[in-house]
Amino acid sequence: MLPEIGQFSLILACILSLLQTVYPLYGVRTGHQGAIRSAKMFTVLQFIAVAISFVILAYLFFINDFSVSYIATNSNSALPWYYRLSAVWGAHEGSLLLWVFLLATWSIAVALMSKNLPVESMARVLAVLGLLAFGFYLFVILTSNPFERTLPYFPIDGRDLNPLLQDFGLVIHPPMLYMGYVGFSVAFAFAIAALLEGRLDSAWAKWSRPWTMAAWTFLTVGIALGSWWAYYELGWGGWWFWDPVENASFMPWLAGTALIHSLAVSEKRGVFKSWTVLLALSAFSLSLLGTFLVRSGVLVSVHAFASDPTRGLFILSFLILVIGGALLLYAVQASKVKSRGRYELASRESLLLLNNILLIAALIVVLLGTLLPLVHKEIGLGSISIGEPFFNRMFTILIVPFALFLGIGSLFRWKRQKLSELVKPILIILLLSLCSSLVFLFVFAPALTWLAMLGVFLGFWIIVSVGYEIYLRSTHRYSFIIGITKLGNSHWAMSLGHLGLAVMIIGITMTQNYSIEKDVKLAVGEHIRFEHYDFHFDQISALNGQNYVGTVGTFSVLHNQQKIAVMNAEKRIYTVQRMPMTEAAIDAGFIRDLYIAMGEQLPDGAWAVRIYYKPFIRWIWLGPLIMALAGFIMICDKRYRTKKQPLTDSKNETGEQNA
Amino acid sequence: MNPRRKKRLLITCSLIFGLSLAMGLTLFALQQNIDLFYTPNEILEGKNETGVKPEIGQRLRVGGMVLTGSVKRDPDSLKVSFDLVDNKAGQVTVYFDGILPDLFREGQGIVAQGTLKSKNSVDAFEVLAKHDEDYMPPEVADAVKGMSNLKTEQ
Repeated sequence: MLPEIGQFSLILACILSLLQTVYPLYGVRTGHQGAIRSAKMFTVLQFIAVAISFVILAYLFFINDFSVSYIATNSNSALPWYYRLSAVWGAHEGSLLLWVFLLATWSIAVALMSKNLPVESMARVLAVLGLLAFGFYLFVILTSNPFERTLPYFPIDGRDLNPLLQDFGLVIHPPMLYMGYVGFSVAFAFAIAALLEGRLDSAWAKWSRPWTMAAWTFLTVGIALGSWWAYYELGWGGWWFWDPVENASFMPWLAGTALIHSLAVSEKRGVFKSWTVLLALSAFSLSLLGTFLVRSGVLVSVHAFASDPTRGLFILSFLILVIGGALLLYAVQASKVKSRGRYELASRESLLLLNNILLIAALIVVLLGTLLPLVHKEIGLGSISIGEPFFNRMFTILIVPFALFLGIGSLFRWKRQKLSELVKPILIILLLSLCSSLVFLFVFAPALTWLAMLGVFLGFWIIVSVGYEIYLRSTHRYSFIIGITKLGNSHWAMSLGHLGLAVMIIGITMTQNYSIEKDVKLAVGEHIRFEHYDFHFDQISALNGQNYVGTVGTFSVLHNQQKIAVMNAEKRIYTVQRMPMTEAAIDAGFIRDLYIAMGEQLPDGAWAVRIYYKPFIRWIWLGPLIMALAGFIMICDKRYRTKKQPLTDSKNETGEQNA
Repeated sequence: MNPRRKKRLLITCSLIFGLSLAMGLTLFALQQNIDLFYTPNEILEGKNETGVKPEIGQRLRVGGMVLTGSVKRDPDSLKVSFDLVDNKAGQVTVYFDGILPDLFREGQGIVAQGTLKSKNSVDAFEVLAKHDEDYMPPEVADAVKGMSNLKTEQ
């Protein structure tokens, strides 16, 4: 009975989302106040309906109801309860349900937290969100129903969740990532609503900014989590593979990063408006494109779920409708958007424009690298793959101007900057960052390479210029101690966000240049030594988990004759799917990780073992976390939540609390 | 020209310049990093679509089924070699030094990435067998269609 209620609730949500679109827009058209105000009510009702449906699916997983075919395929009674719950989004149908549930969550957050948004604008925004939700509801109900039954012959036990997904990282990675993906729909809805209205002012940027920031923050955390998971779970010790699906999440991130910068300009200076709108449209369109690439199975990847041509076709049509419609609207209405502010070539505006250009260039690189294999195959030239070196080389080139301009960008004034004033600061920054990067490399690097020097220098260039800028800003009017307390949230957010990037650049540079990776053949009792570390293979023992069996290899690690770690690398066989899994042993540290993964047992009883030394790899994820913290600080800025504002912009409150 | 237009022109120019630079660099980098996919038969006889044979030293990907009984290991290191076959009587030998993926098995479809060493052998730097029993890359699936008898020989 419960699955039917869940399904019914989902259909109800679908109908409500359609009403949420049609009725308020009708109200806006005819000036019917009741209809305009109904948008909020429909949003709340739609949220309740889809929440019921989501909770029911989670509950069915919890009680092991294998009469539901989705559960029978993706769960098992031996699965621990927390993985049974996370299995809700472990495959195609459920993750789409999560998608619509999160879309409804964002919608209701907009509906409840934007009290001071004019009702008509709010009705338009909610209507657009409703329309997007409607498309996805149709998709779920028509092609990927999670509540389909296996009756009358249901299995006694389920086929189990893919063992790769039985992991803490995967419990939170998809919801975070989806919060980001779906969150851009709010920026999208704001942009469409503004285009419909034909009115785009600074207030629009101000409303839209915290929402965009929140979505970007989630996406940042989501991608970082995914990368971290790939590092410890896939057993290859890499942190980014330029896999099509990773690219699919990276593209909206790049567009979103460009968007938050361009929104800042639109809010503060009233320029770049039509560009900002275009970015808002692209960020969400790229999220949709990512969904299409992953869900349609056109691309081959770790993430590709069982493909079904009707699904691909549906998303493709939806994609064309949404992107095509949005661009058409943009083409018709964008000319009405006037940017009034003026600025000169040497100004912060120009540098932010440059930032956007570089981000878009990076986006194009990723897009090209992801879609080219597809195009190549479709036009009959055979299958190709585009190697990692392509992306790595392109990003190495792009990051140089990006980091250099990022560093000095915040020293530039809005509107106009005399370049002669900047000579001294730039020289100071150059000197300090050169010195500090050399010291850093001298202490932590075994040898110097040009690329490592470049990367670490870029990182320190950003760090030093951020520090210098904070110093300049806080001593501008007060003494340093008082001045630094007067800096606003958004200033701290900017500085922290940039610091996060610097940390990440240093992490990537050190990891890529100084990692030591050894695949060796080791028997119990043997040892291998490198980089002052001595790895002893102590013993092999049997392993018995809740739903897996396997072997565990114990290694003790010596550093300068002292035992610093005992590491247990596991080789598991998940009993239900008979699937082997490698659980790497990682001794994590702030400046280095030791990583051991067991390969296969060779015919003579020895083991193939993968031993890595990865310096500064934690910084790769620390950076994004700092960026996300920056995003959070930004959202908490008082100006987005105070109720009483000066008369001129009394409608600007857009509180945001769920970050 | 008034200053406003001048500024716009400058911005537009720099935008076009930046984009074309990016495109140029991208295409250049792409040229060197496109790895064509071949089946064992295509390595010997040339691509089905174009008839072009790969040159020795070229980077490529090859996908097929691991011939049962062909896996040979070096006793002192992790060096391993095995034969890949497809449904068109193609057979190439793959040499690899490293850890094979968990799902690597004889009779299983795999993809190897590497360089062509001789007319019928490949030096692989990466061997992929995907993390799903049911899964097989579509290219490999095409290449080994109708070969299920191989699997049962294990």
